[in-house]
Amino acid sequence: MSAATPLLTGRGLHKSFGPTPALRGLDLGVDAGEVLAVMGPSGSGKSTLLHCLAGILTPDAGEVTFDGRRVDLMPDRERSRLRRAEFGFVFQFGQLVPELPVLENVALPLLLGGRGRRVAVASAFEWLPRLGLDGLGHRLPGELSGGQGQRVAIARALIAGPRLVFADEPTGSLDSVAADDVMELLVTTAKAERVGVVVVTHEPRVAAYADRRVTVRDGRVVQPAAMP
Amino acid sequence: MTISYALLGLLEETDRHGYDLKQSYDRRFGAIRPLRFGQVYRTLAQLQRDGLVAIAGVEAGAGPDRKRYSITAEGVTDLERWLSEPEDPQPQLQTVLFTKVMLALQSGRPAEAFLDDQRERHLAVMRELTAARRGASQSDSMLIDYQLFHIEADLRWIDHASRRLDTLAAEMRR
Repeated sequence: MSAATPLLTGRGLHKSFGPTPALRGLDLGVDAGEVLAVMGPSGSGKSTLLHCLAGILTPDAGEVTFDGRRVDLMPDRERSRLRRAEFGFVFQFGQLVPELPVLENVALPLLLGGRGRRVAVASAFEWLPRLGLDGLGHRLPGELSGGQGQRVAIARALIAGPRLVFADEPTGSLDSVAADDVMELLVTTAKAERVGVVVVTHEPRVAAYADRRVTVRDGRVVQPAAMP
Repeated sequence: MTISYALLGLLEETDRHGYDLKQSYDRRFGAIRPLRFGQVYRTLAQLQRDGLVAIAGVEAGAGPDRKRYSITAEGVTDLERWLSEPEDPQPQLQTVLFTKVMLALQSGRPAEAFLDDQRERHLAVMRELTAARRGASQSDSMLIDYQLFHIEADLRWIDHASRRLDTLAAEMRR
């Protein structure tokens, strides 16, 4: 981690679901523009961590700070605005809107942000070739391969100019060739846009794309692993 | 290489004859490939030349089995170094990693710390290879993929072994 204040910080995070603790005093910082892999076995708390950092869940204790603002203390409405304006998301199963063609799925964050339809769709159209999706703009999500679906999700995550993309097992449902393509595009496109990425994965092959890697075990970071 | 250190590890436990060394090795590490007597005595001769083992005693009679070997101070130091150093990923690493874990457990050294260091080394190399693959030709990248899949297999074993250390240590104490 650099000497500068990280863009996103989680400090002393605790989160339990019923009697089961998922996070137990976890500390983590994410620098602007860095690609950070959060590794750990299943059930280690890494997805809960991502949800807390991204303001989807509120931690039971501890602080989440994004660019000087306390995410955990924000009212719901402000938090949704933050998620829409500053964050992008890629989940294991793209979570595209099945009724909307690719182009409109990609344009969605701009439309939700109040941009005009023509402008939003034109911008989405320009994103397609960057992710190897030329000519697929009018397809429905159900007509795409798994890898294509995830590339649509990446375009959608980046189109509104976020500062950080959260990716939770983005290649979890893909074969190894599609997984490599998706990770390569996610990392190179995010770097080109100077967007940071937090990628949660249990696969070393995926973590190998990151600038830095931390391992979560039993709700804590076990290795602040400095990269050689 | 690995055989030398396995023999050093066995000699660290107690002084042994060549025959005893072969039997102990086969029992503990020989599931992959048992040792031949010739290998045992060749390896011992080399270790003796390097000053890592010494002859502790010779019993009356003839033949190599009359010699009892012991590990020297340099031998212990060399074994320590080998056990604490993670290996660079390479094909056919299974014997080496397996031997290290068994020797560490047998001698009460921290096997888990070794596996953690080894995991870090493997992950670091995966990252280098992934970066090298960017912009590589198709054929180069196919070769890199081959290496990556092998490293992944090692990593799965490393994770699996870390979770089994307690039961493994218990079995060895029996």
